[in-house]
Amino acid sequence: MTWEVVIGLETHAQLSTVSKIFSGASTAFGAPPNTQASAIDIALPGTLPSLNKGAVERAIKFGLAVNGTINRRSVFARKNYFYPDLPKGYQISQYEIPIVNGGTIRIVSPTRGEIDIQLTRAHLEEDAGKSLHEDFHGMTGIDLNRAGTPLLEIVSEPELRSAEEAVAYTKTLHGLVRWIGICDGNMQEGSFRFDANVSVRPAGETKLGTRCEIKNLNSFRFLQQAIEFEVRRQIELIEDGGRVVQETRLFDPDRGETRSMRSKEDAQDYRYFPDPDLPPLVVDEAWIARLKSELPELPAVKKHLYVTRHALPAADAEALVSSREMSDYFEHTVGAGVDPRLATNWILGEVSAALNKHEIDISQAPVTFMLLAGLLKRIDDGTISNKMAKDVFGPMWAGDGDADEIIAAKGLTQISDESTLEKIVDGVLAANAATVAEYKAGKVKAFNSLVGKVMAASKGKANPAQVNAILRKKLS
Amino acid sequence: MVITASVAELSHALAARRLSSVELTRGLLRRIDEANPVLNAFLSIDREGALAQANAADQRRAAGDATPLTGIPVAHKDVIMTAGLKTTCGSRMLENFVAPYSAFVVERLADAGMVLVGKTNMDEYAMGSSSESSYFGPVRNPWNHGYVPGGSSGGSAAAVAARLVPAATGTDTGGSIRQPAALSGVCGIKPTYGVCSRYGLVAFASSLDTPGPFAQTAEDCALLLNAMAGHDPRDSTSLARPTEDYARLLRQSAPAKPLAGLRIGLPREYFGEGVDADVAAAVDAALAGFRALGATTVEVSLPNVELSVPVYYVIAPAEASSNLARFDGVRYGHRAAKYGDLDDMYKKTRAEGFGVEVKRRILVGTYVLSHGYYDAYYLKAQQVRRLIADGFQRAYEHCDLIMGPTAPTAAFKLGSMTDDPVKMYLNDIFTIAGNLTGAPAMSIPCGFDREGLPIGLQIQGNYFAEASILNAAHRFQQTTDWHTREPAAVTLETLR
Repeated sequence: MTWEVVIGLETHAQLSTVSKIFSGASTAFGAPPNTQASAIDIALPGTLPSLNKGAVERAIKFGLAVNGTINRRSVFARKNYFYPDLPKGYQISQYEIPIVNGGTIRIVSPTRGEIDIQLTRAHLEEDAGKSLHEDFHGMTGIDLNRAGTPLLEIVSEPELRSAEEAVAYTKTLHGLVRWIGICDGNMQEGSFRFDANVSVRPAGETKLGTRCEIKNLNSFRFLQQAIEFEVRRQIELIEDGGRVVQETRLFDPDRGETRSMRSKEDAQDYRYFPDPDLPPLVVDEAWIARLKSELPELPAVKKHLYVTRHALPAADAEALVSSREMSDYFEHTVGAGVDPRLATNWILGEVSAALNKHEIDISQAPVTFMLLAGLLKRIDDGTISNKMAKDVFGPMWAGDGDADEIIAAKGLTQISDESTLEKIVDGVLAANAATVAEYKAGKVKAFNSLVGKVMAASKGKANPAQVNAILRKKLS
Repeated sequence: MVITASVAELSHALAARRLSSVELTRGLLRRIDEANPVLNAFLSIDREGALAQANAADQRRAAGDATPLTGIPVAHKDVIMTAGLKTTCGSRMLENFVAPYSAFVVERLADAGMVLVGKTNMDEYAMGSSSESSYFGPVRNPWNHGYVPGGSSGGSAAAVAARLVPAATGTDTGGSIRQPAALSGVCGIKPTYGVCSRYGLVAFASSLDTPGPFAQTAEDCALLLNAMAGHDPRDSTSLARPTEDYARLLRQSAPAKPLAGLRIGLPREYFGEGVDADVAAAVDAALAGFRALGATTVEVSLPNVELSVPVYYVIAPAEASSNLARFDGVRYGHRAAKYGDLDDMYKKTRAEGFGVEVKRRILVGTYVLSHGYYDAYYLKAQQVRRLIADGFQRAYEHCDLIMGPTAPTAAFKLGSMTDDPVKMYLNDIFTIAGNLTGAPAMSIPCGFDREGLPIGLQIQGNYFAEASILNAAHRFQQTTDWHTREPAAVTLETLR
């Protein structure tokens, strides 16, 4: 039997505010435990939440970027459950009326090409703290630094059909939230993580199969592995005559397996109700208009522009808009006077390879767009060949100087001394009397042949412009 | 100078240097020492802190920097956070909890120069109408020690009634300022929801909780409210309004008919069955007094107001069940000494830490918010809440203020209702609507019943009508003396 895989994703993007969503405590990562937990974050009696506008603005920007509906009035609700790292005994979230409804993420599926994935909603909520079960001799340590960190939970419709599509979707989403500056996307620090709802059904079936939810996946690789395992598990289960039980599962990265955490029967009743401490969140048109004006040009728009204006292949354009930094780097290089296709080849080639090798981001690249442009111009003006340029790029990455300095140091620099050039030209003219004669007889192409011979005689180092001038003078 | 005088009188005496704050505070601390073993109105007394503040207040006054409240002693209900002092909520759960910060209203009164002498006893977590559910024992009514003072702010009401402090704070979620004010024979006002910040009030029912003052007179209440009101960005339900002088109408010169033109609405729902005859008679006499001052009375109707109690007992427990979840033994407060796993820790901690009424309300609240019941209870209650508020708006088309009894009876005997929670809940039948709508209301003394127990008149107004309510009460008090009556001095001797 052929099986169809159905995946819906809930993505938690940590919003890049300086302070928490309901308190003034810092959201910076990595502080000693409980040093960034205010009276509000530890839920001292009598404390009350006050909403961080910055978090709201980031959520609205997201809604605008995905073309969703920004609800002019949304409501914070309490999700009630007991857990030691949940200080109030409830999480403030949005339930019935989230800040964003709908929206679309366009992805490139390896099998289906360019497709639109519909979003169900995106809502604001606070993160819980952390329970640490190791190093406490059978007891549990609680770190509330993370409690109250602002999150945007982005929920997709179950429209993804493979682990690869899920990865493509999350990568596009990851690029987008960073692009519009609402999330730093740092996955090691948990700023971007997923819950995957996975089910399978016979191909052609329209009813959804029973789903399992895999919680808290914090890398693209784990997302892919977890879905692949879960799909295999569910198919084998059904083919062996069993049936999938709706449950929450955890992924164990060491074993590459998912395992049951709790079944639907054990599911908690969260007793959601509107939080009486927070009036409904009202967003007016002027606010939305201002945020819209602050949004950068979106990657999809840029991509279209690169294809139409610079005649770049779609795949190259897609790669250049993988992040705003990448796109900026490209545009700045082109802005410095470099041919767009030459810039693209180098950025997606040498530069990206070096970034991967050193595991750094393009914003940290030692070869800045200025340095790269300096190098590519030397190819463009014929000073050095594309091949020679690669020998310059390595030292430039290592910090040995700019292109011209390295070209000079390596002796790759062209010969511009008039008398030296004249000597070379004289030698070439003497050795190629026949070609000279052809030129004088009116064969214009013979001139280029002579230029080439001069360049060859100088081992490519002669200044082509000067060679031209000297030749013309001597042949006139 | 008599140290049992009103805030306004004491303020004049302090200003005229006929009295110092230190003398006043010392004198009142002595009264507290004598009376508190009987009344149990105070849960903690901060002698040293009070005298230090009194001394500072005297210096401030000498420096010419005094407000009308500088040097006046005050007590705070023990549900209000006071930095460095215990804030127990009358519960074993917070028996040893020392507040690390002060509530907004505490800060405001301290800024005005008031002297904090101690924290007052109350129904556990402000849940109750008799101040009997405190883990630290019941409060006794200063007028008759066998009777309750009302609740939940019974300690504050009793302390003001017994003239242990000239003023105190309380919180009113379903009548917890007005009902004890009535039963103890003092004044208490619940301002419009949002006028006084809830920051630092241990939350019971967030959409209803309202802090407010107790004092001997309406004028004193206005002075206290002037200091307590104001916008607080830390409370998202706090209102940003221009500063208002709640005593402004009181200072206007009084013509022969100072309340001429005032239309007083008398809801027929407040004058029917269930109201004690002595209470009804005292309220009628008071209304005659208001007419004599120039006011007219008109019968109005408050449709659905009879549903106030059931609506309240869905919404308040629902919010409480969530608000009290933080008392889990993890970070502060009581934790069971012995437990097995995490669930067992929660169960034992909360079973030991909370009293029976608190548990009852957590259970009710958890139930009405449960999957499958939410629409039938919580949502329905919110809809009726809106209808009740609409009814008041229609009534205010015909009147300016609404008056009636604060509570259906005068104080009842200690222990007489503890086994019948529903009967106890009905004590708040006239006060709850003011919390459901969020509009202001106050209770003032208007007589005594056959047992010599005080009776309260409730004056309700539309949103932000505090100044008008206070003015009506003040004009009434200028021609009556109910508010000046004092219970006999309380000592251990009087108990025997």
